[in-house]
Amino acid sequence: MVQATAMQAVVDRAALFDFLLGMGDNTLILGHRLSEWCGHAPALEEDIALANTALDLIGQTQLWLGLAGEVEGKGRSADDLAYLRDARDFRNLLLTERPNGDYGGTLMRQFLFDAWHYLALKGLRSSCEPRIAAIAEKASKEVAYHLERSRDLVIRLGDGTAESHARMQEALVDIWPYTGEMFVSAAHDLVLAAAGVAPEPESLKAEWHALAAETLRAATLEKPEDRYMHKGGKRGLHTEHLGYVLAEMQFLQRAYPGASW
Amino acid sequence: MATAIRPSIADVWHWLSQVPDPEIPVISVTDLGIVRNVDWDGETLVVTVTPTYSGCPATAVINLDIERRLKENGIESVRLERQLSPAWTTDWISAEGREKLESYGIAAPVDGTGAEGRLLKRIEGLEGGAALTVSCPRCGSARTDKVSQFGSTPCKASYRCRDCLEPFDYFKCI
Repeated sequence: MVQATAMQAVVDRAALFDFLLGMGDNTLILGHRLSEWCGHAPALEEDIALANTALDLIGQTQLWLGLAGEVEGKGRSADDLAYLRDARDFRNLLLTERPNGDYGGTLMRQFLFDAWHYLALKGLRSSCEPRIAAIAEKASKEVAYHLERSRDLVIRLGDGTAESHARMQEALVDIWPYTGEMFVSAAHDLVLAAAGVAPEPESLKAEWHALAAETLRAATLEKPEDRYMHKGGKRGLHTEHLGYVLAEMQFLQRAYPGASW
Repeated sequence: MATAIRPSIADVWHWLSQVPDPEIPVISVTDLGIVRNVDWDGETLVVTVTPTYSGCPATAVINLDIERRLKENGIESVRLERQLSPAWTTDWISAEGREKLESYGIAAPVDGTGAEGRLLKRIEGLEGGAALTVSCPRCGSARTDKVSQFGSTPCKASYRCRDCLEPFDYFKCI
């Protein structure tokens, strides 16, 4: 605790808050997207698997946003941050708010995110901020299973029938321009990297590309060329899709403030 | 003022060993290894619990059950503290807990992760789940197939035995 308090003094509190919001918003928004499949997935096992992945992500959201509220020091809880902010204040990657598409599209998005998520958490396990390292240590093990599963399914569907192959290739082309943002530094990333709190996003790029390339090769899919990459999520500039996600997710707390059960 | 006699720490551990996991009631919270510490802070008993999975919905129920069991045994002031690090690992499930799981029909976790992190190494080595041999808890056969990585709860995977043909749950190592 002494260590944590000393750290707060050193690291820019606002930068730390933005970073924690980013981690928590990624897992919150993607977790919500996955929960949209509950009761609709193509097979019972898949339905259960996606709901369980969503559960892990929402659990991690509670840890990240809980810590964000603590760091901010204004008495906001994880629930307050999840339910009472507007789109402009969300810091998630645009990738996570992309609509689900077909099942292949959902799995492709998941794999590309899981690969980044795993590597990001791996770096955060050695964060000099002990509370961040503890969350990363916990979440890493859960995300290892997410990555193992999404990678396996991308390979099976990519290297599957002509129909599944075509759909996976289409999903890949569709989502690829949203992957570049994972490696772009926002102002707060540079502050935290210098302080040893979090790895610089750019530093994860080579390993991520190697993992993606290896998996896509095994899936017989063609990696799109890196052209224009969409970005802005980390600065609060989102696609129109986020507003619809929030309208559904936040409805209850907006309509009945403070409702609990 | 009369000072209440505080129960011994050993008694407290014994009572905790009678608190069942809400999802898998054959094993207790101490079999699972999620109770990390028990200590007195003045007249308050502090129980340190670590979550299994970040989003496990049983966590809140477990905390309530622990508090209720201790109050039933006359401890008036209980404080539950959450500890994230070191992160829970299935290596902490007791030998007795493993036996209880197997006889209940759930295959116990086979590869430890603990200090050396075999789960993470497996993922990074891209070996895939196929690299794992899970034996059937009913007939003991090693000829089993993974049906799905996630079973009825996040901590379990679904398997099928090729010899006795029975489906079964596998408690994943983490």
